[in-house]
Amino acid sequence: MSTAPPAVEASALTKTYPGKVTALDGLSLTVRPGTVFGLLGPNGAGKSTTVKILTTLARPDSGSATVAGHDVLRHPDRVRRAIGVVAQRSGADPVATGRENLLLQGRLYGLRGARLTARVQELLDRFALADAAARPVKTYSGGMQRRLDVALGLVHRPEVLFLDEPTTGLDPEARTAMWEEIGRLAGDEGLTIVLTTHYLEEADRLAERIAIVDRGRVVTTGTPDGLKAELRGDTVQVELYEAPGEVDARLLATALGEFAGIREVTLDGRRLSARADDGGVAVPAVLAVLQREGARAASVTVARPSLDDVYLRHAGRRFADADSVPALAGGAR
Amino acid sequence: MSETLRQTWYMTQRQLMAMVRQPAYLLITLIQPVIWLFLFGALFRKVVELPGFGGSYLDYLVPGVVAMSALSTAMWAGMGTLEEIERGTLNRFLTTPVSRSALMNANVVQQGLSTAVQSLVIVLLGKAGGATYPGGVGGLAILVIASVLLGTLIGAGSNALGMLVRQRESIIGINSFLLLPLTFLSSAFMKPGLMPSWMRHIADFNPLNWALVAGRSAMSADPDWGVVLGRGGALLLAAVVAVWLSTRTFRSYQRSV
Repeated sequence: MSTAPPAVEASALTKTYPGKVTALDGLSLTVRPGTVFGLLGPNGAGKSTTVKILTTLARPDSGSATVAGHDVLRHPDRVRRAIGVVAQRSGADPVATGRENLLLQGRLYGLRGARLTARVQELLDRFALADAAARPVKTYSGGMQRRLDVALGLVHRPEVLFLDEPTTGLDPEARTAMWEEIGRLAGDEGLTIVLTTHYLEEADRLAERIAIVDRGRVVTTGTPDGLKAELRGDTVQVELYEAPGEVDARLLATALGEFAGIREVTLDGRRLSARADDGGVAVPAVLAVLQREGARAASVTVARPSLDDVYLRHAGRRFADADSVPALAGGAR
Repeated sequence: MSETLRQTWYMTQRQLMAMVRQPAYLLITLIQPVIWLFLFGALFRKVVELPGFGGSYLDYLVPGVVAMSALSTAMWAGMGTLEEIERGTLNRFLTTPVSRSALMNANVVQQGLSTAVQSLVIVLLGKAGGATYPGGVGGLAILVIASVLLGTLIGAGSNALGMLVRQRESIIGINSFLLLPLTFLSSAFMKPGLMPSWMRHIADFNPLNWALVAGRSAMSADPDWGVVLGRGGALLLAAVVAVWLSTRTFRSYQRSV
């Protein structure tokens, strides 16, 4: 299994957009065939740029990549035949019907005649679009459009399917339905899926392996459970009434770090996090230190490690905070 | 090669279909020339009484409206391209094996076909209104070809602009700035002999005027083929250069993705 050539291999990709926006800063990753691989990171981390390079849309400034065994720079045409792409923006023709969109897409890959019509019907049935097949796409709901996008990416039975933020902008119900759909796709024989997402839950649920991307690099990679297991013990999170000054913060961290069984104390504004072998034992100790140092706690939570904690550990900040930073110019590209 | 041709046809078909499915748009592009034809026809009817004009004004006006309509329709081609970029449609096609030239050619073919249809409609409406075409079908064919070349030139320019500026406002601004000067700095509505000489000199560099001069001469009872070939050739050359430029812009768009 592990000896099979990788479905996707990227090595030391860099890309800087005009205006000195560094999108990728030496990104490398390997995706094994037949797996679902999640690229997880906040907006502007470089996920979309990575997908654009792997799908032959953009060229890296340096570095190399192969997809389905073909070099993206030397043989983009072979790569294009081997991949299906579901981009962030739909790209379906709104005035054409669902069926017409699929027929055209199939023709571009050289499908013709009965084979094409059968394949299109199969996809319409599979994605529950058969009833809407003759309606223009602009009358579709968000969830239907997204399902059509996935169907468009599958017309030619690709080896590798790229799903770029497949559930962004969907309502919770449609999101759950899409997750189920992606879960089924993963069962398709031999299909490799590369999924980008900034939803921790999505990566946790769908991906067998995850690469956490931050500021244009992969900061860590592994299985969701493996990554979480690396963080031994529980997360203790304390919300303070007010953010301590720089000196106080350092004092607090040092004082807390002296306790056995409490590690990795980080203070991010009003939020204090630490890892503890046993959350139940750690909480009273933490509160005692806080009281001694004159910092008042507004709330305390103890939780099993989540991908958010993994992100915090490797990227040095909370996922939600990284995400709420306004996207850099062109960050959504 | 045949695959590229086939793909060009698929992509053209898609664009034509999109046009036909937007009846409001279609109606406007057909009604607008009618309004110009009969508005200008009525407004300037007495112009022919000026010494050095002569004949029927409607006869004179038909090629003018054909060229002006080709210009004003083709100008908006960049809007469609911009929409395809924003919607992600262009990127979707770029990740398929579709030939890059098929994507570009489809724009040119679609632009050409719609300009040809629009021009024919104007010619027929003129005929219905009493215009006479002494140059016969041959002359009319040359008028239509000239307007198609003009549409190709302007459409390619507009596409390049759309890919470069990626901003609706810029296209709208440039279009409304250019439409009237390009139209009135030509012999669309007025005989060159009656225009101020500085205007006439500017008109010599106006591609819209090349289309008019070539078309009018071919439509006359006694065409000057040298003029037709000269202006037609210049128009063809300009159209080829514009398409080449828009293809280059397309490549630079791909680099900026």
